[in-house]
Amino acid sequence: MDDLLADFLTETNEGLVALDAALVKLERSPDDKPTLSEIFRLVHTIKGTCGFLGLSRLEHVAHAAENVLGKYRDGSLAVSGDGITLVLSSLDRIKMIVTGIERAGSEPAGDDQPLIAALDAASEGRAPASAAAMPVAAPVAPPVAPPVASLVAAPVASLPVAEAREVVVPEIAVPEIAVAEVAAAPRSRPAVETAPEPEAGAILAPQTIRVSVDVLEDLMTLVSELVLTRNQLMQLVRASGDNAFAVPLQRLSHITTDLQEGVMKTRMQPIGNAWAKLPRLVRDLSVELGKKIELDMRGAETELDRQVLELIKDPLTHMVRNSGDHGLETPAQRRAAGKPDAGRIILNAYHQGGHIIIEVGDDGRGLPVDRIRQKALANGLATEAELAGMAEHEIQRFIFRAGFSTAAAVTAVSGRGVGMDVVKTNIEKIGGTIELRSREGRGTTFIIKIPLTLAIVSALVVAAGGERFAIPQIGVLELVRVGGGGATVERVNDTPVLRLRDRLLPLVSLASLLRLDAPAERGEDAAFVIVTQVGPHVFGIIVDRVFDTEEIVVKPVAPILRHVTMFSGNTILGDGSVIMILDPNGIARATGVGADEVAEEASATAVANARSHSRTAMLLFRAGDTTPKAVPLGLVARLEDISADQIELSGGQPVVQYRGKLMPLVPIGGQWTRPEPGTRQSVLVFNERDRALGLMVDEILDVVEERLTIESQQDQPGFLGSAVIAGKVTEVLDCAYWLRQAGEDWFGPELRQQASARVLIVEDSAFFRNLVVPTLSSVGYEVTAVDDALAALRLREAGREFDIIVSDIEMPGMDGFAFAAAVREGGAWRDLPMIALSGRAGAADVAHGRDVGFTDYVGKFDRAAVLRSLADCLAHVGA
Amino acid sequence: MQTQTQMQAPNQASMQQQAARGGAPAEDAGIVFLTLTVAGKPCAVPALSVRDVLGPQTITRIPLAPPEVAGSLNLRGRIVTAIDLRRRLGLGPREPGAPAPMSVVVEHGGELYSLLSDAVGEVVPLHARDAAPNPPTLDPLWREVSRGVHRQDGRLLIVLDIEGVLAFGPM
Repeated sequence: MDDLLADFLTETNEGLVALDAALVKLERSPDDKPTLSEIFRLVHTIKGTCGFLGLSRLEHVAHAAENVLGKYRDGSLAVSGDGITLVLSSLDRIKMIVTGIERAGSEPAGDDQPLIAALDAASEGRAPASAAAMPVAAPVAPPVAPPVASLVAAPVASLPVAEAREVVVPEIAVPEIAVAEVAAAPRSRPAVETAPEPEAGAILAPQTIRVSVDVLEDLMTLVSELVLTRNQLMQLVRASGDNAFAVPLQRLSHITTDLQEGVMKTRMQPIGNAWAKLPRLVRDLSVELGKKIELDMRGAETELDRQVLELIKDPLTHMVRNSGDHGLETPAQRRAAGKPDAGRIILNAYHQGGHIIIEVGDDGRGLPVDRIRQKALANGLATEAELAGMAEHEIQRFIFRAGFSTAAAVTAVSGRGVGMDVVKTNIEKIGGTIELRSREGRGTTFIIKIPLTLAIVSALVVAAGGERFAIPQIGVLELVRVGGGGATVERVNDTPVLRLRDRLLPLVSLASLLRLDAPAERGEDAAFVIVTQVGPHVFGIIVDRVFDTEEIVVKPVAPILRHVTMFSGNTILGDGSVIMILDPNGIARATGVGADEVAEEASATAVANARSHSRTAMLLFRAGDTTPKAVPLGLVARLEDISADQIELSGGQPVVQYRGKLMPLVPIGGQWTRPEPGTRQSVLVFNERDRALGLMVDEILDVVEERLTIESQQDQPGFLGSAVIAGKVTEVLDCAYWLRQAGEDWFGPELRQQASARVLIVEDSAFFRNLVVPTLSSVGYEVTAVDDALAALRLREAGREFDIIVSDIEMPGMDGFAFAAAVREGGAWRDLPMIALSGRAGAADVAHGRDVGFTDYVGKFDRAAVLRSLADCLAHVGA
Repeated sequence: MQTQTQMQAPNQASMQQQAARGGAPAEDAGIVFLTLTVAGKPCAVPALSVRDVLGPQTITRIPLAPPEVAGSLNLRGRIVTAIDLRRRLGLGPREPGAPAPMSVVVEHGGELYSLLSDAVGEVVPLHARDAAPNPPTLDPLWREVSRGVHRQDGRLLIVLDIEGVLAFGPM
């Protein structure tokens, strides 16, 4: 293809993009003379050049469009929605022909007659002959074409006879169209309003020059090599101490940095470039769907790397379409919901740290949580039980799973189920993250965070298993020193965790993950934990050593290594060695942390909540009387609000059908009168595997996070005692008591593998006794609980027999270690298995425990571990 | 430290180009190959594909990589993925104490790969008349990587197909 043609194609493509935006703007304000002139000028230029190059098809189509525009420009024809639509479709035709030329070097064959006839008819003020004769424009740019095709057919078909001035009445019936505006300046139905744009409709021509992309790429590569060599030199200078090279090298280093920044700037483009096609897209969408959509684009001048821009163009388009298609309601629905007729799609971009943040949001109906839940269940992505334990935002994240789509109908626009997972993958591939916030009835917002540039990044160099690796600095939240005087790595259920300012971080050992030789059982050696975040999940990576931060040039790995998701690339350090670059996303996926893995988070939260000396989330409610009551939120599965009509009686006991099963309802406060029909009953739902129990309360007050200290322990059945919560005297619920009220059945043996094994629990805190006891009873153990070690020993004296002892460690008076020692010394219980329960599960403690005679040592409120440990220890005895 | 030998075969260039374009080589012209030895087996690769021949290099292990990948090395600022030919060809590991392998660096698909061989021979022209297709009894693994065999100086050279050599692991 010769240069002339190539140049023409480049210019025409740019012109077409500008035309799209300008035409949409014109439709919105038909009196915008500068815009109209600009449009006319662009089309006229295209027509002229086509003629010169002998591209007759293009010339004819452009000519017909130019006629219409000419009439608009000199005022002999009024701008109308139909006219704009026709001109837009002629642009699509031009795009199609241009694409054909790019591919084959010459115009493709085709018949534009019907389109040209329609344009001519429009320019003469006539309606086009017949809708049927209008050929469907072949898809050019796939996201735009299909709606345009239907767009072309539909409104024309319904165009009433004769008057081009008339506002189109689409069969997509929206009766409240401002018909009143027909007279003076006919506007098309208010379809799209773009954010206020700069005054002049004319496309400004800044001082620029065109440079081939390849030249810039080469420049970038050279600068990268320069950076590497600079790093090498700096390293050498540092090693060899003070010498004559140091000063000039420092200068060279500064210049290199400046050069690097300068070249990176050449790659930076405003994100508005990716948004250029959106006004047209949204306009077409609103017509096709019969909805009113306003597109609000903020921060279009925010710059990011060209490469990154390319990669997010499609995901952004996809999300905007989703918002228009699924998110926003029809004007009628919106009015019924008390919202303004026009739905808004908001794009917002800004810089933050080394990232660009892009928000794509709408004020529509939000994500349908229940439908997502059902879909997840139907697709086998989670069980009922798991879903019941998930918070709303966790359920919303199911939309990122492959093949997931709750769209009732797959439309041409979206809903093919191939959506958000691809978006997420594409964003993660470039080291970004995507989050979502959604409220049903209010709207949905996606927040994308991507690094500003991919080529040169700051990275932390670490060592694990004898090898060195780099982690992009951007992914590192914190560095924590562990062992040997630093923080302690504790174990929950054999998984290492780190307590970091009230959070429990799951940890993963890099050496194990990469199957490198790790030094056997760390012991007291120092190590480091790199705290990193993937999506909403924060976790830590254990490494042996941390070196320093270096600027590295990211090089993609060879194709045969692309499948190793743990690495996002490799690089050459200042000393010439090649090291791999770690990808926190890949690590998270490999270990099941993040990647929408819910169980870890849930159990970690449960453990955190169970410690009474740290803050516990408490649910406050009223039941029976005015004194507020509280229950640890971690124990409550769900809060439900059921209609009084749903409450039925079974054997005198109120029950309700809940998720396909009968759930017994227990009133707190003794007496219960059936509520009036039509009113609602608040219920706290407790889950036990596949069984549920509802505790009926009068009113749910609040959720607070406070240290729970039970002050006075009255002997009031059903309550552990009183505590001061949120400044008020509050009665703390004794869950175990209420669970028993539901009937014997509740503690019916599910697994009777150890036919009533007798368990002795030694635990000083009533709170924990009341948590542990029902747990064990519910699986069929016969549980006896005492509140201190001496009481336990007295039972021994009294000749009581047990099969296994579970003891707390931290107790006043005689502590768990001393108790164990006493038991092992001699006496009836000497050979019984003993399990230690403790909030401290460091290696030293475990060792100490074993020394004094405990058979096993388990984290204090890891329910699963306690049960497993009991089963194991008892099994061993039997064996 | 690295020792390097640059490959040069300028006098053969035009003949190579002709041959590379798939045309039948001229009557007595041969295509130039570089011979190398892997576990005693003599092999050859087209000389024009070879970018560098290097002595023993520092190779960084790549965790979780397929076993055929020995690691990566730095060649004048470019990262080269090292392929352990012994592994790839199903031959035993190097004897302890044996000298470190040589690197024959080839380019494929824009990426650099180093074929780790026990010894590198010389550049020889191989004539079409001495070529033969893979014997039917050839091990399937070798069939993947071999383009055919050549008689040369009384021995049978296995001509390696670079694309075939690189076709392993989950793709």
